[in-house]
Amino acid sequence: MLLIRCPWCGMDRPEIEFRHAGAAHITRPGPPDRVSDEEWAAFLYLRDNPKGRVAERWRHVHGCGRFFNAVRDTVTDVFVVTYKAGEPRPPETGPGESQPTEARP
Amino acid sequence: MKFSLFSLLHQGLTGNQGWQPQWRDPAPKPAYDVIIIGAGGHGLATAYYLAKEHGIRNVAVLEKGWLGGGNTGRNTTIIRSNYLWEESEALYEHSVKLWETLSHELNYNVMYSPRGVMMLAHSVHDVQVTKRHIHANRLAGIDNEWLTPEQAQEFCPILNISRDIRYPILGAALQRRGGVARHDAVAWGYARGADKLGVDIIQNCEVTAIRRDASGCVTGVETTRGPISARRIGVVAAGHTSVVMGMAGIRMPLESFPLQALVSEPVKPLMPCVVMSNTIHAYMSQSDKGELVIGAGTDQYTSYSQTGGLHISQHTLDAICELFPMTRRLRMLRNWGGIVDVTPDRSPIIGRTPVPGLFVNCGWGTGGFKATPGSGHVFAATIAREEPHPIAAPFTLERFTTGRLIDEAAAAAVAH
Repeated sequence: MLLIRCPWCGMDRPEIEFRHAGAAHITRPGPPDRVSDEEWAAFLYLRDNPKGRVAERWRHVHGCGRFFNAVRDTVTDVFVVTYKAGEPRPPETGPGESQPTEARP
Repeated sequence: MKFSLFSLLHQGLTGNQGWQPQWRDPAPKPAYDVIIIGAGGHGLATAYYLAKEHGIRNVAVLEKGWLGGGNTGRNTTIIRSNYLWEESEALYEHSVKLWETLSHELNYNVMYSPRGVMMLAHSVHDVQVTKRHIHANRLAGIDNEWLTPEQAQEFCPILNISRDIRYPILGAALQRRGGVARHDAVAWGYARGADKLGVDIIQNCEVTAIRRDASGCVTGVETTRGPISARRIGVVAAGHTSVVMGMAGIRMPLESFPLQALVSEPVKPLMPCVVMSNTIHAYMSQSDKGELVIGAGTDQYTSYSQTGGLHISQHTLDAICELFPMTRRLRMLRNWGGIVDVTPDRSPIIGRTPVPGLFVNCGWGTGGFKATPGSGHVFAATIAREEPHPIAAPFTLERFTTGRLIDEAAAAAVAH
């Protein structure tokens, strides 16, 4: 089970308190009447699904109930960082190969 | 070498010293007509049918690990075709029909055992959905029948049909032609058959890049064992499909999740069929070795780690202990995870891609094993003719742009 730091609560909490909510930073295209079928398909369905670092949304459903974002390594499942919804992805966590990361103390 | 009663007797009487390796271990040639990326069941079946039915024998199957070492060796081996939509029914029924004669076709015992797959209903909603499935299947000529709780227990005597459990059993759907097969034997049988027809199965050979010419057509791959040329490439890489397709610049409508399974210590025969419960996320059958093979759900997050959270297995075991009280004191021998590539509509993608010469067969999600023969069969035809096989035609990549989805997500719930 993953241990996840909720940036709102400021605590490491077990995964079962959280709900994964898909890839983060996906922008809805618009205005709707000028969006092509290809752009809708890309927005709705196409995903990077990287083997390495991914930015994803989580929701602390059994805690504060709020959404936040996280960068996690999909090979080791180690969280690199969690940050509040609305904040940009921290630049130092940019896409990259999976790399061993020290677990947070 | 052909397996027969005579060869078994002969080898038995001569100390079993004459058995030969079942396939070669060739070095990659510089060029092939077709390259298949991924030597799991689906990839090997594709190569086999390319050689057998389409006469394309100059084929390489490239595998980064060992053959059958991914999801083919990690699944719970359930075979059934009781899907809701006509497109899926055609695809999975095509596969079940091939299962029925597969051991004979390959001269290799894949131990297909149509012992019946029973899917439980635990609520009024379940009963309605299950009966809808049964009617849809029967209209499509696929066997499926409704059982009362008492009939379900008659079919599977260890089932707990008490009314006072957390999720009481209100009935079940039974597909008698469903069952299980030996997963490793399927990979080995197809590998042996393909190898005999001239296909090169190249293990420990990871694809690192897909090469294309100025017009965008594929010209071959770079691998850890050097470059290999081919004008046609079929990607059958399951959980790693997004990674491989990314080498050709294609984003896929896929996400990869860990899916867990576990087996108990071996015990004497107690389970005559397969029982599945989509509602409480558990399914179980008994292998010929006596282990109870138990399937759990997917983890909620994407991952390539081939492992998952313990609470997922525990949740499944809670359900198993309630459905089958006599298993409560069994110990589990081992658990593991496989990485499954899941599409938004929970149906596979089989066909051409925007890159000329590049074909893909993926998105089988949590239920690909049952489709192994049919998937390989229609994908081979798609590659050979460079146009979709009629059964594969609805499962194109374009459906995510046109909106013509095949939404089995609501129909088949979690456990495929």
